Amino acid sequence: MSTAAVSAGQEPQRAAHRSKGIGLVVICTLLGAAGQILIKLGANTLVHPTPWSTFLAFFTNPLLIAGYCLYALMTVLFIFALKDGELSVLYPVISLSYVWVAGLSVWFFHDTLNWLKLLGIVTIVTGVAVLGKDSPK
Amino acid sequence: MLLVLAGSFLGSIGAGFLKAGAGKLHGGLRYLFLNWKLALGVAFFVGSSVPYVLGIKKGQLSVLYPLVSLSYIWALVWARIFFKEKFTRNKVAGLCLILLGILFVGLGNR
Repeated sequence: MSTAAVSAGQEPQRAAHRSKGIGLVVICTLLGAAGQILIKLGANTLVHPTPWSTFLAFFTNPLLIAGYCLYALMTVLFIFALKDGELSVLYPVISLSYVWVAGLSVWFFHDTLNWLKLLGIVTIVTGVAVLGKDSPK
Repeated sequence: MLLVLAGSFLGSIGAGFLKAGAGKLHGGLRYLFLNWKLALGVAFFVGSSVPYVLGIKKGQLSVLYPLVSLSYIWALVWARIFFKEKFTRNKVAGLCLILLGILFVGLGNR
């Protein structure tokens, strides 16, 4: 897209589009994080799992089914968000899911947080943001 | 932990096939189901979730979930080898930061 061709009148519209895209991706990260919690809850219910019984559990375990349904919903919404958003803006937003999952893990599973974990998550989010800066518009 | 890493590896192969299949996409929706690369991509994704679920059963999700970001690294490697995308300074920097982050999260696992 040629930026020179964009008139001043189109700028506010583009900004609105962009924030709509970002809002959609934030919702995606929340759905994805909720999905992860459900998948972990589902995994916890598996007794002496083998690879095959785990595969079958995708079709029988309500928690795993619900978790992966959220994941699928997230993917569809994400594709919609990508349609009118720049990947370089959306990438760092995607990695917000690491933050949500860490918080929810403490709440649901009493995971312990320490400064190394927090530093790690911040570093990963930064890394994903740097990666995304290079993405095609 | 190794199971989760194996899952992220398989998942990134799935993403690679999805990309290869998506590039060849033309025509209607029914071609989506006839495209073997896309089908293989989805199969790899499903296959990758088996070791992932086995892996997260034991251990803290706040440690194991960030490990999935390793799939970004694999994706870059596949992009370099199969789609001839170039490594740029930002990509290398992002890659190093993600690896460093994974290391920190792993060290914080206790």
